[in-house]
Amino acid sequence: MSFVFYLLAALTVAGAFAAMLLKNTVHCALALTVAFAGLALLFLNLDAQFAGFAQILVYIGAVAILVVFAILLTRGSETPRDGVFSRTWFVGLLIAAGVFATLSWAVLQSVRVLPHETAVPTVTVLQIGNALVGRFVLPLEIVALLLTAATIGAVIVAMHEKEGQQ
Amino acid sequence: MLMQEEIVAFYPPTQYYVSFITSQLWLIPTMPIVAAGIIALLKRLRRKASVTLAIVSLSTSLLLSLFAFMHVVAGWAHGVAVRETVNFTWFQFGVSNVDLGWLLDPLSAVMLVMVSFVSLLIFIYSIGYMAHDENFTRFFCFMSLFSGAMLGVVIANSLLLLFMCWELVGLTSYLLIGFWYQKPSAAAAAKKAFLTTRVGDVFFLLGIVWLFAQTGTLLFYNNGAGSIESAALSSLLAQPAAFGLTAAGAIGLLIFAGAAGKSGQFPLHVWLPDAMEGPTPVSALIHAATMVAAGVYLIARVYPLMQAGAQSGGTTAALTVVTWVGATTAVFAALIAVAQNDIKRILAYSTISQLGYMMAGLGMGGVAVGMFHLITHAFFKSLLFLGAGSVIHGCRNEQDIRRMGGLKSDMPLTFLTYTIGMLALCGFPLLFSGFWSKDGILEAAQHWSVAKAPFYMLVFGALLTAFYMTRQVIYIFGGHWRGGKAAHESSAVMTVPLAILSFFAMALGLIGTPAWTWFRAFLEGRAADFTWRGFLEPGLLTLMGVSTLVVLVGIGLGWSLYGDRSPKPTEPDALEKATPLIWGWLHDRLYVDELYKVTVIAFYHWWGYVADWLDCRVWGGVVAGVAWFFGLWAQLNRLLDNNLVDGGFDKGCDELAVGGGLLARVQTGRVQTYLRILALAVLLLAAILMWSSRA
Amino acid sequence: MTPLASYLLVAALLFSIGLAGALTRRNAILVLIGIELMLNAANLNLIAFWRYGPHPELLTGMMFAIFSIAVAAAEAAVGLGLVIQIYRHAHTTDLDAMNRMKG
Repeated sequence: MSFVFYLLAALTVAGAFAAMLLKNTVHCALALTVAFAGLALLFLNLDAQFAGFAQILVYIGAVAILVVFAILLTRGSETPRDGVFSRTWFVGLLIAAGVFATLSWAVLQSVRVLPHETAVPTVTVLQIGNALVGRFVLPLEIVALLLTAATIGAVIVAMHEKEGQQ
Repeated sequence: MLMQEEIVAFYPPTQYYVSFITSQLWLIPTMPIVAAGIIALLKRLRRKASVTLAIVSLSTSLLLSLFAFMHVVAGWAHGVAVRETVNFTWFQFGVSNVDLGWLLDPLSAVMLVMVSFVSLLIFIYSIGYMAHDENFTRFFCFMSLFSGAMLGVVIANSLLLLFMCWELVGLTSYLLIGFWYQKPSAAAAAKKAFLTTRVGDVFFLLGIVWLFAQTGTLLFYNNGAGSIESAALSSLLAQPAAFGLTAAGAIGLLIFAGAAGKSGQFPLHVWLPDAMEGPTPVSALIHAATMVAAGVYLIARVYPLMQAGAQSGGTTAALTVVTWVGATTAVFAALIAVAQNDIKRILAYSTISQLGYMMAGLGMGGVAVGMFHLITHAFFKSLLFLGAGSVIHGCRNEQDIRRMGGLKSDMPLTFLTYTIGMLALCGFPLLFSGFWSKDGILEAAQHWSVAKAPFYMLVFGALLTAFYMTRQVIYIFGGHWRGGKAAHESSAVMTVPLAILSFFAMALGLIGTPAWTWFRAFLEGRAADFTWRGFLEPGLLTLMGVSTLVVLVGIGLGWSLYGDRSPKPTEPDALEKATPLIWGWLHDRLYVDELYKVTVIAFYHWWGYVADWLDCRVWGGVVAGVAWFFGLWAQLNRLLDNNLVDGGFDKGCDELAVGGGLLARVQTGRVQTYLRILALAVLLLAAILMWSSRA
Repeated sequence: MTPLASYLLVAALLFSIGLAGALTRRNAILVLIGIELMLNAANLNLIAFWRYGPHPELLTGMMFAIFSIAVAAAEAAVGLGLVIQIYRHAHTTDLDAMNRMKG
């Protein structure tokens, strides 16, 4: 594999580690952003330009900001008294390690049967647009509905309760 | 019940039919019993109905008895000795049959007429005597039942049927003695009567069982197969028993023991005087004329058995015993009667004494001698008792003769009839039946081969009889009145039966005189001619003279001691003044009751204590032990139940709760726990998928 | 080790890290962050398979990833809104303290 790949992979993994291990929650959010960026670059490396830019736009531009807002609104910047990890963190770690072990084992076992390298695909936005309203029109509509519902739901959930009612 | 009508006239044997009257003979006892049953269902206040039922049923029985008697007399007149039986099988067990039946022969015919006639007269008398009693209907119910049972005894051809009616007679005697059961003395007397006769009945039953075992039948006459006919008797004579007796003799003695109980012979006489607690008609009917005579009748009935094995002119052991017991009883009771002051008790002891005469007559002279005295005695003794009842009624229930007197003028009819009865009992010569019947016994005693002592005892008894009867009559009717309010004569319904009985007390003598021995001939199936030559038998006239002398001496002694004086009730008796010691013994009834009290009754009390101790300590201990054991068992069960069962169950439930608690720990309420479990589950599933697809 | 395999391994690593964080961190928002990481790892998987699989001209993988991004965004919004609401009630985001559903 190329050097770029290793670099980008390292960046992403480092960001992920940092996001999970840092004590300050805001630092975690920022590390997450780094991880998102790394992932976007990996997408670009995979010739999925649209996906990469969508990643940057949505994840870094919306989700990360949202996370930061949430952290600030819930005073997450204050360091908690009892520590950031739960009392039984080891069990969780163990389970995650188990999952990693299984997945990597699956991958490594099936190296031979995985698809080989193929020609670089050229994807234009026109093709994506055609696909969206052609082949994938149903998922498009459903996602639209989903987004509408999510918007309304988020508003309602986060709304301040009226005094004296409910 | 298989009805096999079997009869046969006894003689001549070709006459194989049962006369109509014999086939209907069963009605004679049944009608009074049925009447008793109906009266028992009536209400206490229906006096007219009950007495009508009783008298009508008994009159019908009397009519039928007269028909039967006429039939037998007609047979006798034509030279036929009638003996007709009707037998049937009651039940079978195994290969043996138990048969019952009734028979008509001269003996039963005579008894039938006597019993029904005397009973009827006493019933009529009772209408007047019991008029003031509130239990009038119950009285006639029991009297009817008694009459029916007694008639059943008379006609029974089976020892079993006789025994059943015998027991029924004993029961009604108990009920009637205890008629006024509220009086403790009456209740005690009834119990005493029942128990004493029971002692005799036990031996009687033993005799019956032995007879049945030996001969296989209990019928008396059964065409030659009966238990007292020649075939059975020879088998009984061949069988030896204890004490040098044959089976015939032993069975005869056992049956005599039963008769001794019922007829008040010496050791078992103690119940008769106490039985005077019952109403006077009861005393007259049951304890003078009929029930006590049942014992004598029984011996007469089984006489072939008693007589079996006797060489001509000789006698058997059984009959010897009968004679001695009878003679002893005659003297014993007469002695006691001399010193009694209750009008009915004197007559009771007199009855016992006369029963002794009858038994002695049976033992020494045969059936006819004993039975003749029985018949005459029935009439004059019931006459005396009814007269005594009239006196008691007239003296307003006074029974002590020392508080009576001078009733000759106040109660003339009673006086006349009573005197006739008294003279008949004493055996006053010629006019009175008692003379002839007693003479028959004395004559038999005079010629008895075994010993002469009974003759002298019976003569002494006759002397005493005359003496104490004179004493009684003088006390009651002579002198002047010593009681409370004045006495009055009884009504006609009571005096008419007295008159009728007194007529018979005199007239019956005619059928037994030596000139015309009709009674004997009738019973034995011979011809009887009237001949004055009968008086010329050797020694007969001497004997008549001796008995006359004895009677006159007795009456004279009585007159000399008591006549024309009227001693006050508190003064001692004249004889008592003469011989106070002997008087004392006689007055205390020679201490027989006291002897029984000290021996038999004391033994039973002791036995009662033993049985009670056994019951309380031994059986009670066993029961307590069982109960204790079960208590222990229950405790054990309780322990097991509490600890094992309950404990086990409780423990199980606890463990279940613990297990549930453990399982509930999974629900921590924390999201991350659930997430972890999710991840773990997915992991496992993925692993399984991948592992399985490897193949 | 094919390129695809390496991308898949990286995605697996990212997924595990995200899972570890979601399972062990106390703060609810950090759990959501972990979940975002897991979603991204899945997206990486999808794009990698699109790139190195047959018929990339069908755009199946890329479309899937794009939809995934959209849905993830909506989910993050709703989820964070919930966290904020919970914070308003319990005044904490500590997950260990929220055990009222404890059985």
